[in-house]
Amino acid sequence: MLDLTDEKGLLAARILADLGAEVIKIEKPGGDEARRIGPFFEDEAHPERSLFWFAFCMNKKSITLDITKREGRDILRRLSQRADFLFESFPPGYMKSLGLGYEELSALNKRLIYVSISPFGQWGPYREFKAPDLVVWALSGFLFLCGNPARPPVRFSFPLAYLMASGEAAIGALLALHFRSITGEGQWVDVSAQHVCTWPTMDALAFWEILGKDQIRAGSDRWRTMPRGEIRMRLVYPCRDGHVLLYIWGGKMCEASNLALHRWMEEEGEDLSPLKGTGWPLLDPAEIEPSNYEKIVDLASHFLGKFTKKELYQQAIMRGIMLVPISTIGDVCRNEHLEQRGFWHDVHHEELGATIRYPGRWASLSETPLERWERAPLIGEHNNEIYLEELRMSPEELSYLLKLGVI
Amino acid sequence: MVPSNNKRTVFQGLKVADFCWVGVGPIVGRVLADFGATVIRVESETRPDPLRTMPPFKDNKPGLNRSVFYTGPNCNKRSIALNLADPRAREIAKKLIAWADVMGESFGPGVMERWGFSYEEVIKINPNIVYFSTSMQGSTGPHKEFRGFGLHMAALAGMYEILGWPDLDPVGPYGAFADFVAWLWLRAVVLAAIDYKRRTGKGQYIDLSQLETCLHFLGPLLLDYFVNNRQAERLGNADPYYCPHGVFPCMGEENWIAIAIQNEGEWETFCEILGRPDWSRDPKFASFIGRKANETELNSYIAEWTKRFDAFFLMGLLQSRGIAAGVVLRPSQLDRDPQLETRGWRVVLDHPEIGPHSYRTTGSNFSKMSPCFWRAAPLLGQDTEWVLKEVLSYSDEEVEELRRIGALK
Repeated sequence: MLDLTDEKGLLAARILADLGAEVIKIEKPGGDEARRIGPFFEDEAHPERSLFWFAFCMNKKSITLDITKREGRDILRRLSQRADFLFESFPPGYMKSLGLGYEELSALNKRLIYVSISPFGQWGPYREFKAPDLVVWALSGFLFLCGNPARPPVRFSFPLAYLMASGEAAIGALLALHFRSITGEGQWVDVSAQHVCTWPTMDALAFWEILGKDQIRAGSDRWRTMPRGEIRMRLVYPCRDGHVLLYIWGGKMCEASNLALHRWMEEEGEDLSPLKGTGWPLLDPAEIEPSNYEKIVDLASHFLGKFTKKELYQQAIMRGIMLVPISTIGDVCRNEHLEQRGFWHDVHHEELGATIRYPGRWASLSETPLERWERAPLIGEHNNEIYLEELRMSPEELSYLLKLGVI
Repeated sequence: MVPSNNKRTVFQGLKVADFCWVGVGPIVGRVLADFGATVIRVESETRPDPLRTMPPFKDNKPGLNRSVFYTGPNCNKRSIALNLADPRAREIAKKLIAWADVMGESFGPGVMERWGFSYEEVIKINPNIVYFSTSMQGSTGPHKEFRGFGLHMAALAGMYEILGWPDLDPVGPYGAFADFVAWLWLRAVVLAAIDYKRRTGKGQYIDLSQLETCLHFLGPLLLDYFVNNRQAERLGNADPYYCPHGVFPCMGEENWIAIAIQNEGEWETFCEILGRPDWSRDPKFASFIGRKANETELNSYIAEWTKRFDAFFLMGLLQSRGIAAGVVLRPSQLDRDPQLETRGWRVVLDHPEIGPHSYRTTGSNFSKMSPCFWRAAPLLGQDTEWVLKEVLSYSDEEVEELRRIGALK
């Protein structure tokens, strides 16, 4: 698997590397641009210390190669003759301009699966538009739905749009692999970040189509159109040391949670008389009056405010209440459940003289377990292995290419 | 690459017993269905898929066959209604499992076991099945029993805490965001397992925690905490590398444009377009560091300027000069987006009770194949008879009897 992506696609080949693929990250001489993305190990900005790179390039090999030079292009052609997959995330048309487009490379290797990741796809009126994370979220319809009413729509404070696209690229590559198993032919997979990122708008599109209503951001609340009116569903509640998310609604799953919360409030001596006649704790969403829902969540808010995140979550787990803490990143890293599952995995970085804790196995597989924990490669770490052993270049050839600045 | 009309479907003949419900599981079955597999949803009116009870409903009237939240993950599938509390319904489910190449479930740890459908039991009747199981937090660990939705897992993963403004409470993402992360990983691993089975004949058991997949999306932030003891926080729309970077008002109500200036060249061009070439020399704004220090002031000036324009006009203007800008589309505007239309991002299918409505396509286009959409999401139990008779070879009399005793609901 050849990985020519930047931060827009690094995760795609990482997922497949975890599943066992041999991935060669092709970096420009001096190192990939994505190595310049922080945060950095011990806050020292350096291309061999990028935690962004560490996270998304695990289990890959690295070679350096300048594909803008003729010799570099020749080498990429040789590599792609031996490859099953190629991933790239350059602006649409760029690879073709180098003579490395799908048509050119598939002519040399008809089994090649060529995966392109771009903001909007390889064709269409926006194909040349620039779109970092924020702009993708804007044009996917998702951004409009997030944020406080009195402020502009707001995005995640960490870029996730191209991670969505990368996940989709891994899926697209595997679908194309199934096609190849049947036909023997590779193909071009064209991933659009905008297209993928319309998925999380899910029911909002349905609200428009079916009821002619545009959902709009309501802070942490959500509007729900029900027979008795618009219900402003509350999800986030302040507590003593932060916030929790509680889901109060009807239906079987939610009723069990409502009953459990009701019982706990009774045990704690909470005055539940304001809820008489509201239907609580057995809610039929089709029948509930918006004003009654308000009374319920107001009382819940009063009750939850007396406890800490930890106390509330413990009770939620014990009693079956649909409540979780709004975790800070620190809370996540100290999460007791993850600890006991052995989720985290410590990976040694010899060059840094340090062991770093990583998010670990993301699925358990009985036959082909995910058990690769190779730290992300250094710049060109596998040049000798790939150029000398795989491509059988001579040491003289390699040193000539080095002198030319091709590797 | 306009999707071709070549309907060679990669999963023709693949048989899937889909015991999943809500979001993540059914969306995995859907990709198999879109590419030709026979996917049978096992459902029950005694224990309906929660999505069937969630709005929006056709004409705003609730009903198990009226939720358009349910339909999205379930087109191109069949539905059989089985009351699994009844042992005779479990016999049918067992036959369906014996028939299947792939099965999935997402009821939470312990539920399939109670019905006798644990992986250990299943391989006794179908040793090479690919069996995937997904739950909030996985099948082991002290919080495995926790029941909730994708929004709970987004909150538990830290995704709520990092969406919002630093001076206000966290607002979190719209919808059950963790679902939309988890299904990407689950689709990938299930597709890989089916490939492995194709090559080796061997099935396997897959167990995926939705929470843990979300954490992989936040990898760099988690590493930053472990290594540098730094805790990522809400930044509004600010960015550590780009400035200006924000969402600005345009002409009219609730019309917005997102703008991201990614380097000094773009900043100079932007100043020219704004008619303020002096800003690129003003010490307050000339450098990235200066702009970051005066970001609030700068954003307010930009907002004054953007307000005078139509959002779509402004996007065209800025993009034509190489500036990253995008209209903040509202759901109704996705319908008219020319780029998404080029992609074939949705297809309209006619549902027997809801009528025609859209189903999103997968975010990849392929040069040599395309998904095949043959029908809208099924009514609950729409194919009960078809499955029993055509797939499992029950006779008319047997089906009648099963219905009479209440196994088929």
